[in-house]
Amino acid sequence: MTPPPLLEARGIKRRFGNVRALDGADFSVFPGEICALIGDNGAGKSTLVKILSGADRPDEGQILLGGQSVAFASPAAAQARGIATIYQDLALASELTPFENLFLGREELRPGVLGRLGFVDRPSMRRKAAEQFARLGVRLRSAHVPVSSLSGGQRQSVAIARAAMWADQVIFMDEPTAALGVVQTGRVIDLIRGVRDQGIAVVLISHNMPQVLAVADRVEVLRLGRRVARFDVADANVNRLVAAMTSGTADHGVPA
Amino acid sequence: MTVAAPFHEAEGEADPAMERWGRLLGGGWIVLLLIGLVLVFGLLRPAQFGSTYNLSMLAVNAAILLVLSVGQTFVIIAAGIDLSVGAVLVFASITSAQVMLHMSGAPGSTYGTTQGGWGVVAAGLAVALLSGAFWGAINGILVAVARIPALIVTLGTFGMALGFAQLLTNGVDVRAVPETLVEGIGSGAVAGIPMLVLIAAAAAAVGAVVLHLTRFGVHVFAVGSDREAARRAGIDVRGRLIAIYTLSGTLAGLAAMMSTARYATTTIGGHALDSLGTISAVVLGGTSLFGGIGSIIGTVVGVFIPIVLLNGFVILGIPPFWQTVATGAVLILAVWIDQLKRRAREHR
Ligand SMILES: Nc1ncnc2c1ncn2[C@@H]1O[C@H](COP(=O)(O)OP(=O)(O)OP(=O)(O)O)[C@@H](O)[C@H]1O
Ligand SMILES: [Mg+2]
Repeated sequence: MTPPPLLEARGIKRRFGNVRALDGADFSVFPGEICALIGDNGAGKSTLVKILSGADRPDEGQILLGGQSVAFASPAAAQARGIATIYQDLALASELTPFENLFLGREELRPGVLGRLGFVDRPSMRRKAAEQFARLGVRLRSAHVPVSSLSGGQRQSVAIARAAMWADQVIFMDEPTAALGVVQTGRVIDLIRGVRDQGIAVVLISHNMPQVLAVADRVEVLRLGRRVARFDVADANVNRLVAAMTSGTADHGVPA
Repeated sequence: MTVAAPFHEAEGEADPAMERWGRLLGGGWIVLLLIGLVLVFGLLRPAQFGSTYNLSMLAVNAAILLVLSVGQTFVIIAAGIDLSVGAVLVFASITSAQVMLHMSGAPGSTYGTTQGGWGVVAAGLAVALLSGAFWGAINGILVAVARIPALIVTLGTFGMALGFAQLLTNGVDVRAVPETLVEGIGSGAVAGIPMLVLIAAAAAAVGAVVLHLTRFGVHVFAVGSDREAARRAGIDVRGRLIAIYTLSGTLAGLAAMMSTARYATTTIGGHALDSLGTISAVVLGGTSLFGGIGSIIGTVVGVFIPIVLLNGFVILGIPPFWQTVATGAVLILAVWIDQLKRRAREHR
């Protein structure tokens, strides 16, 4: 018995001029799993993620969260329902420290009158950020230096820790390791597992097939704006994934 | 729960010695420069430079520029620029002086001081603050909503505010202001400290608290650091930008009252280029023109550098024109060091 999907897309269509970026795409992600979303360049992965995270709106189709139909007016609306996105360009405030970034837009205020005047509670935010980093095994050299002085991998870790702090349902990650070296990629992958183990579902877009097979629980394949295959990772291998991506034939797994 | 592998990255470390230098140069050197200047002038001419009168005049000279520079600090940390503050000061001083003159019942051609009491002064202050806030809000809306570059917006409102000020008066200064204002604020003092200095110190202190301790302050840094990141984090970037420019305009309104109190007249020709002085003070104080970095305390130091230089040169008999040369050179040095600092940090 599989549980019902946590977040589901049905028949999503999205055109940009003459380009049918999504042409009736389906997608589902289940609670507490890492789901890889793969597909060739231009298959519509980023567009789908933008629609599911409130950054873009579909022309047609339905989004279901916990079985209920939803329409996100903005990323903030999706965030309020526990859905966060890690964008390819990170979106951290580079001159602020890691803890300030974790709480950006959700600063804690001091108790009492000072709080009502808008005074922020830095010690409390610093403590909670340190707890969050410790929980996810992120070790930063210093929590007091601006994010711009961290390495690419550390910045990605701050972005993921930030998302995991505020999203309790799903985190979308669009190619989170694309710009990283081997060592840093390994650490980010460990971090993604850590997030999943906290009970948050992760949707991972990646072009790196061995990585997908190593980290994902399930794989959904998008081609020309439609889902063409879905696999349990146990049934998948690089050849099958590539075949599904390029020709849309699912010789295995669940045909879409 | 699995804990991920340790995340300590050797490749992520900046050279600590390099970093220490960067911090010293970035934060500390301008303070050291100011202390050095004060020491040199103080040792060379202790009687003149160190006299209570001279020091208090230094502070009075800095007061108006400091109030303007506090607003400019917010704007520049938010990755903007406000070229209009000097012209907004002139505009606000004209509107407020005209209202005070009218309320005192004196004709427009009056010279000297009028009999208006504190009520008239309070009304004048309200008009000055509102006039400043008005231009600031226009700047903010054009920058945040119409997304016109701040340099152009504030260059435009610089010309408009100055032009309207001249239209309102046919280019002639309002030369009669309430005696209460001139005596009480312009040359008044509490416990030996000039009122103008107290007002400026209060503005700087409140500005520092708001910038460094409140949520609004955090958002100023966030907007300046990365507007898009701030927006995605749910910060109302437009609202914040409008508030920041409005704050700068309002402080220009306060500075307008201080100027009127000090000189007992409006000064159409005297303040328009103050904007450049504030920008150089803010940048000297370690605030980055790229946004996201800065402090009010730095700006306080940055305001005093050119003023102490000028004062020292005059006392030492060096032609005062050298002051602008020296300030210009220090300014370029400050920006250069800021860039070195950034390059050292963004090493990847
Ligand atoms: N804002 C846009 N305006 C016009 N066309 C767009 C826009 N966004 C996406 N497209 C087009 O839609 C199609 C799908 O793009 P999308 O970015 O979703 O693909 P992707 O699967 O993420 O590709 P990649 O693997 O290269 O990141 C592409 O043909 C792209 O050019
Ligand atoms: Mg993409």
